Amino acid sequence: MPTTVPAYGAEAAERLASMADVTATDGALRRFLHGLPGVDAVGLQARAAALGTRSIKTTAKAYAIDLAISMIDLTTLEGADTPGKVRALCAKGVSPDPTDRSVPKVAAICVYSDMVATAKRALAEAGGSEVHVASVATAFPSGRAALAVKLADTREAVAAGADEIDMVIDRGAFLSGRYLQVFEEIRQVKEACRRTDGSGTAAHLKVIFETGELETYDNVRRASWLAMLAGADFIKTSTGKVAVNATPPVTLLMLEAVRDFRDTTGVQVGVKPAGGIRTSKDAIKYLVLVNETLGADWLTPDWFRFGASSLLNDLLMQRQKLSTGRYSGPDYVTVD
Amino acid sequence: MTNPTNPTNPANPFEYAPAPESRSVVEIAPSYGLFIDGEFAEAADGKVFKTVSPATEESLSEVAHAGAEDVDRAVRAARKAFGKWSALPGAERAKYLFRIARIVQERSRELAVLESLDNGKPIRESRDVDLPLVAAHFFYYAGWADKLDYAGYGRDPRPLGVAGQVIPWNFPLLMLAWKIAPALAAGNTVVLKPAETTPLSALFFADVCRQAGLPRGVVNIVTGDGSTGAELVAHPGIDKVAFTGSTEVGKAIARTVAGTEKKVTLELGGKAANIVFDDAPIDQAVEGIVSGIFFNQGHVCCAGSRLLVQESIQDELLDALKRRMRTLRVGDPLDKNTDIGAINSAEQLARIRTLADAGEAEGAERWAPECALPSSGYWFAPTLFTGVTQAHRIAREEIFGPVLSVLTFRTPQEAVAKANNTPYGLSAGIWTEKGSRILWMASRLRAGVVWSNTFNKFDPASPFGGYKESGYGREGGRHGLEAYLDV
Amino acid sequence: MSDDRTERLSVLKTYKLFVGGKFPRSESGRVYEVTDHKGSWLANAPLSSRKDARDAVVAARKAFGGWSGATAYNRGQILYRVAEMLEGRREQFAREVADAEGLGKSKAAAVVDAAVDRWVWYAGWSDKVAQIAGAANPVAGPYFNLSTPEPTGVVAVLAPQESSFLGLVSVIAPAIVTGNTTVVVASERAPLPALSLGEVLATSDLPGGVVNILSGRTAEIAAPLAAHQDVNAIDLAGADPELARTLEEAAADNLKRVVRPQPVDWSADPGTGRLLAFLETKTVWHPMGV
Repeated sequence: MPTTVPAYGAEAAERLASMADVTATDGALRRFLHGLPGVDAVGLQARAAALGTRSIKTTAKAYAIDLAISMIDLTTLEGADTPGKVRALCAKGVSPDPTDRSVPKVAAICVYSDMVATAKRALAEAGGSEVHVASVATAFPSGRAALAVKLADTREAVAAGADEIDMVIDRGAFLSGRYLQVFEEIRQVKEACRRTDGSGTAAHLKVIFETGELETYDNVRRASWLAMLAGADFIKTSTGKVAVNATPPVTLLMLEAVRDFRDTTGVQVGVKPAGGIRTSKDAIKYLVLVNETLGADWLTPDWFRFGASSLLNDLLMQRQKLSTGRYSGPDYVTVD
Repeated sequence: MTNPTNPTNPANPFEYAPAPESRSVVEIAPSYGLFIDGEFAEAADGKVFKTVSPATEESLSEVAHAGAEDVDRAVRAARKAFGKWSALPGAERAKYLFRIARIVQERSRELAVLESLDNGKPIRESRDVDLPLVAAHFFYYAGWADKLDYAGYGRDPRPLGVAGQVIPWNFPLLMLAWKIAPALAAGNTVVLKPAETTPLSALFFADVCRQAGLPRGVVNIVTGDGSTGAELVAHPGIDKVAFTGSTEVGKAIARTVAGTEKKVTLELGGKAANIVFDDAPIDQAVEGIVSGIFFNQGHVCCAGSRLLVQESIQDELLDALKRRMRTLRVGDPLDKNTDIGAINSAEQLARIRTLADAGEAEGAERWAPECALPSSGYWFAPTLFTGVTQAHRIAREEIFGPVLSVLTFRTPQEAVAKANNTPYGLSAGIWTEKGSRILWMASRLRAGVVWSNTFNKFDPASPFGGYKESGYGREGGRHGLEAYLDV
Repeated sequence: MSDDRTERLSVLKTYKLFVGGKFPRSESGRVYEVTDHKGSWLANAPLSSRKDARDAVVAARKAFGGWSGATAYNRGQILYRVAEMLEGRREQFAREVADAEGLGKSKAAAVVDAAVDRWVWYAGWSDKVAQIAGAANPVAGPYFNLSTPEPTGVVAVLAPQESSFLGLVSVIAPAIVTGNTTVVVASERAPLPALSLGEVLATSDLPGGVVNILSGRTAEIAAPLAAHQDVNAIDLAGADPELARTLEEAAADNLKRVVRPQPVDWSADPGTGRLLAFLETKTVWHPMGV
C-alpha cells in the first residue's frame, strides 16, 4: 500500500498523474469507471442499517457529540440570506452554546459566494477565525451554467477568502456518459481554487454529486472515483436542495470509495454527507459508519464533515442532557 | 478546527462504551419442570441437569431431565389432546397461533435476553433476527390453518397425529417455531425436546402457550439430553419425527424409524460453499462472507464455511475480508454492540479447537484478528484458513464454529465441481454481477438453498432444507406443511 | 406348397439386462429359470450380482447430468416416444404379461394399454411438475425468492413383484420424467416384461443409463443398492415388510430418500405421490435493487 498523502497536498498531484492513463480519453475513463466493482443495493443498505443499530452510550456518546459538532459545516444557502443572518450563523459556529464554553467550534460556515467576505469578517470578529468559510460555487445547486461562469464563481469566492469550495458536478453530463467533461470541469475548478495572492495555497475543493439525482449506487461509486481522480479534496453527497439528500448507504458507499482510493493511490480524500441530517442520533450513526469503515484516520474534521444547519441545536440539547441528566428543550439553545 | 479526543482511549478515539441490555427484563426461576399436559412437573425419577450461560459459565437454572416414563406421559398427553385439537375448525387453530405470534412479539425483549443468556448469541441477533423470525413463523403458519384445502395436498388433508420434535441449540426458539407452528397449523399435537444446553426459551414458550390459552396437551416440552430425544423418536405413540441437528444423529433417527409408519423430516449439517467471482460486488460479498460464517458464532447448519474465491481476486478479497474481520466485536452477548458472542458449550468449543488444530496440522495457514477474549466462558476468535484444499478436514467436516476455510477456483465449472464435492447439500452462495452466470450456477449447485449476492437470509414463506446428507423435507412455506399432513 | 409341412420351431429370445443403454449378460454369468403362472418354463433371466448393481449405478450416475439437464419439453417428448414404441408392440407385451401374471388375453391387453397410457400421462407431467411443486415466495424483504423442484439423483427402484408391467411402468416413469435416473430391479418372479421394456426404451431416444434394468433375486440386488453411497433414493415398492425395514436401515447411511412399500392399486389414478417423492426443492434468493 502506498504511503498516505492528503488530497490537498502537492504530492497528491504526482500520485494522480500515475493514474493519467485512465483519464486520458473518454473511452479509457468510461472503461475504468465501469470496471469498478458493482454495488449490490440491498447488501449496501443492509450493512448501513446494521451499523445503524450500534448503541453509543455514555462516554462514547459524549465523544461522538463533540466530534460531530466539530465536524459541522454550519450552513445557510437561502435566497433570503443577508449579512445579518450570516453574522448570526458565524457567531453560533464559533460559540455554539453561549452557556458552555467547552463546546467545540464547528468546522466551517457554509454560504453562497457573495457572503464569503461577510462570513470571514464575522468569524474574525467573533474570535473564531480558525473556523473555515466554505462557499458553494459553480452555479449551485443545479450546476447549469457555462464553464466560464462556474470558474468565475469559484475564483470570486476564493478571492473573497473562502477556505473551501463546495462545487456541484454537471449531473446532466454525468448521466449522459460524458465523464471526461465532468472530469475536466472538476480539474479546472480545482485550478481555480488556487489563491492568486502569492501564498501558493488553495481552497480545498469539495465535489458535490447530488446523489439523489444520480439515483444508482453504481453511479455514486463511479462519480466518487471520477471526482477523486480529478483532484477532489472531499466528496460530498448533496446540495440539500433536492428530494433525496444524504443517506447512510450512499455515505457508506462513498466512505468505501475513499478507502479504496487511498489503498490504490495513497491519496486521502474526505467525505461530507449533507442534507437531511437533523438529529444527534443520525449524526452518531454516520460517525459509526466512518469508524467501522475507515477508522480513526478519518475521524477528524479534516476528513469528515456534516453539511447541516438544524443538527447543531439537537447535538447541543443532547450534550446538555448528558451533562445535566435532564432533557433539554428548544428554548435552551439559540435560534439563528 | 478543534478535534475532540476520547478520554477513555486516546489511541482509539471512538471506542464504544459498554451498552449492555438489561438482564432484569427476564426472570429465570431457580428450577424448571417438564411441561406436560399443560402443567409443569418434575421428572418421574427426579433427575435434573443444569443449564449454564456459556458467556460466564454461571448456572442459570436447574431443569428436569425427562426419562422414558416422562416421555411416555408427554406422548400420551399429546395423543389425548390430538382428537379435539385436530377436530377444531382451522380458523380456531389459526387464532391460537396468531395469539402466540402476538404474545411472542410482546415478550420479544424478554425472550431475546433469555435466548442470549442461555445460548451465548449476541443480543443484536436474538433481538433483530431470532425473535422477529419466531413471531413471523407463527404468523405465517397461523394463516394456513384454515386454508389447508388449498395447499395443494388434496381436499381435506389430514394431520398425522402426534409429532415428536427434537431441536438443536443454535437457534433454540426459532427452531421451536419452525417445528411447532406448521405442526399445530396442520392439526397435529407435539412433544418437543429442546437441546440440552438451551432448554430455557422452550420452557418460557410453555408460558406463552398458557397465556394464549392453548388447550392442554397440544404442546408438551420435555427437556433432557440425547437419551431423552432417543426415547421420543423411538416411542411407538408418535406418528411423525422432525429433527434438526447433526447428520450423525439424523442417520441414527432414520435407522430407528425404519420399518415403521412414522413420517420423518431431517434438517442436518452442511458445509456450504460461498463462491465469489471476480466480478462480484466486493464490499457486499465481504459482508456476505462475514455474515455467512460468523453469524451466530458459525453455529449455523447452512453457514458458508467454505469460501471459494476466484483465484484472480484472491489477494484483494482476502485483504478486504481481514480488514473487515478486524472490526468484529467479540464479547458479552448482552452488549448491544457485540457481533460475535460465546461458543455454546465447552464440548462445542473443544470440537472447534480440534478441527482448527487439524487445519493447522494439515498445512493450512491460520489467521485471526487480534481480539481480547473474556477469561471465563467459552470463546473462539473469528478465524480463517487460507491454502485449504478439498482434502483438508476443515474443508470437508462441519466445524459449526467461527472458522472459515478459503479455497480457490479458476472457472465456473471448477467452482461448481468443488462446491458440490461434499456429502452435504444444504446451502450455497454465489457472488457475481452477471445474472446469467448466477442462474447457471444456481441450477447446478446441489443445495437446497442458494443465496445469490446475499447469504443467511431466512423467511417463513421460503422453504429451507437440504439435499443429500443434509437431510430431507422442507421447513417453511407451503412446502413446510407437507411434513405435517398425511399426503 | 408341400404337404409335409412341419410346425415351425420358434426362435427364442435370450433375455439380457439393460444397463447404460446396452444389453449385457449378468457379470455373474448366471441365469435363473423364469416360469409362467402354471410353472412352465418361459426363459432364462440373468441373475444379477452386486457387481451388476454397481455397474448400473455408475451408468445411472453418468447419465444424470445430461438427463436432468435436458429441457422438460425434451424429457416429455421422449416419454411420449416410449408410449409410441410400446403401442406398436402391444401384442408382444400382452403375451408376456399374460404369461407372467396368468391373465386372460383381454385382461393382459388392458393392462398393457393402461401401461402405454401411463407413459403418456407422465410424459405430460414433465413441464408441469415444477408449476405445481414450485413456488414464488413472498418473503418480507427486497428479495426475489423462487423454489423449484429438482431431481434428487440416482433412484434405486424395486419394481412391484406382482404387477410385472403396469406396476413397473408406474414406478419408473414418475422417477425419470423429472430428471432422475434409475436402477430398476425387476419383479423377481416375472422379470420378462421388464427386460423387454429395456428394448423399447433403447429405441425411444432415451439416453443410455437413464433406466437400467436388472433381473434376479430382489433381496440380493437391493442390499448393495440400499447401501450404495452414490444412490440418492430408493423406492421399496417391491420389497416385503421385513426386507423393506432392512433396506431402509441401510439407506439411512447416506440418508437416501425412501418410499416405503404400501398397498397400491396400480390401475387407479396414480396421483402425484411418486412424482414428488424423488424431488428436491431448491430455493434461490436474489436481492432486488438498483
